[in-house]
Amino acid sequence: MSPQTVFAPWEDPASKPLIRFYGVTKRFGDFTAIDNIDLDIFEREFFALLGPSGCGKTTLMRMLAGFETPTEGTIWLDGRDIGPVPPNKRATNMMFQSYALFPHLNVRDNIAFGLRREGKPKDAIAARVDEMLRLVQLQKFAGRKPHQISGGQRQRVALARCLAKAPRLLLLDEPLGALDRKLREETQFELMDIQEKTGTTFVIVTHDQEEAMTVASRVAVMDHGKLVQVATPDVIYEAPVSTYVADFIGDVNILPGRIAAQDGTRVTIDWAEGQPAIAARTRLALAPGSAAYFAIRPEKIAISAARPEGAANAVAGKVLDIAYLGNISTYHVELPGGQVIKAQSANTDRIAAREFTWEDAAWLSWTDAAGVVLDR
Amino acid sequence: MRRLAVIALPYLWLLALFLVPFVIVLKISLSDTAIAIPPYTPILDLSAGWDGLRDFVADLDFENFAFLATDDLYWKAYLSSLRIAFVATVLTLLVGYPVAYAMARAEESWRPLLLMLVILPFWTSFLIRVYSWMGILSQEGYLNQLLMGLGLIDQPLTILNTNAAVYIGIVYTYLPFMILPIYATLEKLDTSLLEAAEDLGCSRMSAFWLVTVPLSVPGILAGCFLVFIPVIGEFVIPSLLGGSETLMIGKVLWEEFFSNRDWPVASAVAVILLLILIVPIVLFQRNEQKQREAGG
Repeated sequence: MSPQTVFAPWEDPASKPLIRFYGVTKRFGDFTAIDNIDLDIFEREFFALLGPSGCGKTTLMRMLAGFETPTEGTIWLDGRDIGPVPPNKRATNMMFQSYALFPHLNVRDNIAFGLRREGKPKDAIAARVDEMLRLVQLQKFAGRKPHQISGGQRQRVALARCLAKAPRLLLLDEPLGALDRKLREETQFELMDIQEKTGTTFVIVTHDQEEAMTVASRVAVMDHGKLVQVATPDVIYEAPVSTYVADFIGDVNILPGRIAAQDGTRVTIDWAEGQPAIAARTRLALAPGSAAYFAIRPEKIAISAARPEGAANAVAGKVLDIAYLGNISTYHVELPGGQVIKAQSANTDRIAAREFTWEDAAWLSWTDAAGVVLDR
Repeated sequence: MRRLAVIALPYLWLLALFLVPFVIVLKISLSDTAIAIPPYTPILDLSAGWDGLRDFVADLDFENFAFLATDDLYWKAYLSSLRIAFVATVLTLLVGYPVAYAMARAEESWRPLLLMLVILPFWTSFLIRVYSWMGILSQEGYLNQLLMGLGLIDQPLTILNTNAAVYIGIVYTYLPFMILPIYATLEKLDTSLLEAAEDLGCSRMSAFWLVTVPLSVPGILAGCFLVFIPVIGEFVIPSLLGGSETLMIGKVLWEEFFSNRDWPVASAVAVILLLILIVPIVLFQRNEQKQREAGG
């Protein structure tokens, strides 16, 4: 493998997945938490399960850990059906959302807990615990009880504890949910660093799309127990398969309309009275007259005071609102028909140099490849 | 000012209902027996003024405490009470812990009902419940009838008027005091800790010993003290269910008061009993304190 090779085993038909979900369904009484899922996760992946609460992502993870068994279908780990294997016999370890640190044990004993169950010699355990303490930089706190350290430190103890046994697969349930924003961002990079160092396969459950985008090699977007899209973060962002995914990840304008005409990859969409049809490109084959959605990210729309020359799409409106975020500004522009479109631009100039302000007329424009055409 | 009143209230309560009676008992324990009403001397007479008070104090002595040391009945009764209380506490723990555990693991909608069932016996007089055990445990009692009816025994078992009956009575009576504090700690126990233990390689059983039990220690200690402390001075159960072999200080105390009418010796027995009880009570308080600190 040359160093230039991009890590993408999911594109290589010859590579064997570490985990394989095969037609997995999980029901709790009448409620279907997981609905017939097929999914492959590869070795050394940092795989994110993303979705709103109640979408089944935690159930999927708990099935990997062994706390739930599938109602139908099988789960394979390393080519072995792990259905009948109890949690304490699985080569997986889980980091709990609450961290689940043992309050009666100090940091060292918490990390050593799993190792002691394996019956390893004492000095081997001590050496491994020291290694873990170094990895998460908690050597100084080894003797403290969990309630005597900060939230961020507790998070690292929990991580060290589940990494100590060198699992084939590490499961992280909302690992950063309890941390404040700044610490969370730092920890995300630490997590990626540790994942790279240890070469462990990570599966992370999160409802935070930014977190999933930052850390994951691939993201699975879930909704009502189904996988809506499984792809790399950039594909999820740039080429969502449905308005659900487009809306869930990042900020987006979704313009419902009807296909006016299609010519190869070029398509035009009628979307509003008195507005020119949107010119876009798509690989979907869409019948003229069928319903479609045009999804476009705010940062892909340019805003200008004068009509831009040669733009594939341009609409005029009036500035309704400006959200100034320092580095960027988001403009809410109202069209004559009442629709509001969000456009974003980097504040490359000082704010005083801005060409327009509230209530001013402005032009929005985008290229024909800037947005995506969706049929659902 | 209002703060002071709030603090003063429990102290006044303590003064009126504990300290004053205790001082009276202490005073009687230092007096001598007399054939009179009340049956001891001297009696405090404030009308004689300072001289009367001086004579009164001069008449008090530690004779009764010295007497307790000479007769081995008393220290044997103290030791026997401690032993019975200890064994009964262990038995109550063995019965109470599984019950508390089952309650804490029961479906959440069931828990209030189970909790009420534990407290339910308190709705009937304690005395009546102990009497009913006499009906169950006696030679012709329900237990013997049942066992003989099932053909398990030919001869009725002698249970009533033995230490076994005392243990049964104590375990039955004090069980709620053991169950409730243990249930309270087990119910708070975060189940993800058990999942974490299993995830890290524990079987269900070892997760119980390594996580559940250590984390329920405060509840176990509280329950044990709540049983141990009152059982040392227990009088009703040994006198109704126990026999001649059952030696407990509560019974001795009662006999001194009502059979011998020796109030000063009886008071001395009570004072010593209180001194013995102070040790577990202080330990209990310390356990509660530690738990509060850990919780806060």
